[in-house]
This record gives sequence, C-alpha cells and structure tokens, in this order.
Amino acid sequence: MVVVDYDAGNLMSVQRACRELGVDAEISNDPAHIRAAERIIFPGVGAAGSAMRSLRTTGVGAALVDAFHAGAPILGICLGMQISLDHSEENDTRTLGIVAGEVRRFRLDDPALKVPHMGWNAVRVVRSHPVLDGIAQGDEFYFVHAYRPLPARREHVLAESVYEGAFCSALGTGNYVATQFHPEKSGRAGLRLLERFLAWDGRA
Amino acid sequence: MLSKRVIACLDVRDGQLAKSVRFVDTKNIGDPVEKAREYYLDGLDELVFYDITASSDKRKIILEVVEAVAEQVFIPLSVGGGIASVADATELRLAGAEKINVNSAAVRRPALIAECADAIGNQNVVLSMDIRRVAASEALPSGYEVVIEGGRRPMGIDALAWALQGERLGAGELVVNAIDADGTRAGYELRLTRMLSEAVRIPVIASGGAGRPSHLYDVLTEGKADAALVASMVHYGDYTVSGLKRYLHDRGVKIRMSWQ
Repeated sequence: MVVVDYDAGNLMSVQRACRELGVDAEISNDPAHIRAAERIIFPGVGAAGSAMRSLRTTGVGAALVDAFHAGAPILGICLGMQISLDHSEENDTRTLGIVAGEVRRFRLDDPALKVPHMGWNAVRVVRSHPVLDGIAQGDEFYFVHAYRPLPARREHVLAESVYEGAFCSALGTGNYVATQFHPEKSGRAGLRLLERFLAWDGRA
Repeated sequence: MLSKRVIACLDVRDGQLAKSVRFVDTKNIGDPVEKAREYYLDGLDELVFYDITASSDKRKIILEVVEAVAEQVFIPLSVGGGIASVADATELRLAGAEKINVNSAAVRRPALIAECADAIGNQNVVLSMDIRRVAASEALPSGYEVVIEGGRRPMGIDALAWALQGERLGAGELVVNAIDADGTRAGYELRLTRMLSEAVRIPVIASGGAGRPSHLYDVLTEGKADAALVASMVHYGDYTVSGLKRYLHDRGVKIRMSWQ
C-alpha cells in the first residue's frame, strides 16, 4: 500500500487512518514504487497548478497513470481526485486525464453560502460501487474545497452532495475511485469507506 | 447542505487540560488525549487545542499531545496558542493538526496570516480573535475592540475592521471569542457574532460563554455562526457532545447525527 507524496500535504493523516485499520502504508514519491504498488492512495490538499508541476517534474504523475492502466486499485482524495480529470480551472491546469471531464470553481447564487465549501455534508450514492456501498443513510463526510469535479460521462459519477445544487462528490472508472471529501477526517463513516477501499479488488 | 458544527476546545497547559474563567485562574481538569477520544466517539465534529503553556521550553509538549490525538481521532484537528511563524505552523501540521489558529502574533504582524495561508492553504488558517465590548468611538466604530495576550492587552483595533483585514489576508475561518462572556456560562455574544458573520464570507466559529444548550441554538440561528465552540459545558460532565447535538437537531438545526 503506497500513499503518494507530491508536496500536497495531508499524507500523514491518511497514513494514520490506514494504521488504525491495521494497514501499514508507505509514503512515497518514487515513481518505481508507485508503479509496483499493489494499492495506491492519492491524497492532497492545495492548488492544482503547483501540484501538477510537482507531479510532472518528479515523474509521479506518469507513474500514477501507468499504475491505473496496470489495474492497481487507486483511491483519489480531494485534490487527488480533482487532478484525475482532464483539466482544472484552478490555475488553468491540464491534469492527468484518468477520468474525462473538468474541475470548476463553485459559483453560487446565494450570498450566504460560503466558498470554500467547508464542513460536514451528506453523500448520496447514485451508482452502486464496492467502496461506497457501506455509506449509510445519514452518514456525513468532511469537505474542504472551492472547486468541484464535472465528469464528462454520467456513469463516472458515483455519489452526489448538495451545496446549493447537486455536485459530484465521488467518481470512478474501473480500478480508480475518488472522493471529494476526506474519509480520513470523517470519523467512523470515513474509516469504514477506507476499510472498504483497502479490501477492494479494483473491480467496479 | 452543510451541517452546523459543534467544536470542543481543550485548553492545554504543560500537557494537561485546563479551563480558564475570563482567561485567568486556570485549573487542571484532566488528560487532553483521553478527553479528545471521548468526544470524538460521542460525535464531536471538530477539535481545537489551545496551548496556554507559559514557558517556551515546554512548547514541545503540545506537539506530543497533538501527535497522540491524531493517532486516534479522525475528525479535523485545529491547534492554536503562541503560533508566530510558518515554522510553528508547519511543525504542528506535521504533528497532525489540520488547521492552525493564529491570534496575538497576527495582530502584532498581520503578514503572518498571508504567510501561513501561502504555506498551508487558506482553508487551514484560522484567525482567532479575542474581542471585548467597548463604547463605540471613532477609532472603534463597531463598539468591539481586539485584545491580545489572553485578553490582557487592548490593542485599539476595531474588531470588525480586523476581521475583514484577516479575511483579505487569507484567513479561511474566524473564531470570534468574546472575552466578556468567556467562562461565564451566560451565553455567547450574539450581536458580535452576527455582526462578524454577516460581514465576512468565511465561516465563523462562535466562542465564549456557552453554559446551556439553548446558547448553542441561539448562536447558530440568531447569531448566524457556522459552528459553536464549547468547553466547560462538556469538560465538567454537565452535558455531553451527543446530548448537545441531539438538542440542536430536535430544534431543527442541521447537525451531523450519524457517528457510529
């Protein structure tokens, strides 16, 4: 199990959550380790522009795409999710393109709604998936983000949350699954989701 | 839509839990790691540690506390008290803190907010403001003044102006701590909280004065706060986190009620 390190923070909390679930995760920015990993978590907070620069210069981005094509189960979290689409409006950044679509900033009509969308919100699974099917009615997850993903294909949207309108809060294709929220900071509901990912064979 | 958050604040001095009454006369009331775990399992939405350790040679202790808590508490963790540089903030982040609270040092040197926001992201920088009520004047038009050093030193800075400046500099959240109300258990400063919440576009956490469940209800509705911070109410066992959340939920406040 490898947690991808690309100067985007939030690694230790993911590693701690895995440890709580009895899995020792290696934190690595070595493309060879990432290509060889049995299972990968791709976390991240921060800005798309600087994150992509780091992913390009280190070769970690290419290694991730290779690992995806090789079939390793991959979990993207927050910025790690956003970077898996084709393009992000944040810093006008071309991203990895594992999932077709783009990432745009929240534009809300209600002036009382604040951006970033920060705090606990409900997640509704719209397409059954082994990693998400443990989410129970009423479970909420912790979000911190100003941008949101817009997958080009409806079948890639696995779950939605509501902030003024509905937005995609989990997506996936094949052996890749990703959440906009932080399961590692979402109490026991988050740990349950991580546990399901750690047991997942990569088949949707 | 987002739930309103119930946040517990643990004042830590020399690694022990302390509770201040109007910022003086702190008493030790237990082990912060144990309390943190207890509140987490009881549905707490977020945890704040405030380090009130006086001597700088004991500052390492808070890092150990944060590390121990981060190992077993999987909700956002925020730490404040004596943070004066990006290095202080980074050290706490590595120990496991999600968010960093800046207070006195940011009042003395506002650029600290921007520096921290650049280094760890706006959303992780919380501007914690200690505020006292004053007569409105030309210098203090809002009728509220920023104080620092645990409430001892008035700064002649208007609280509303400082909140807006903090937001501009990159703070991702505000803690509004009314020192007149702190530890009194007589209720939050609703007027102040509402004024600041209406003025900024970042979340506002109300702090100081909670004594009864209705106080949380009032500040999350009338006071327009996004989160309510509690301390003595839960530390002494008068109320539980889950009990407070149930109370708010039953009265129609949107609250996360699933944590098993």
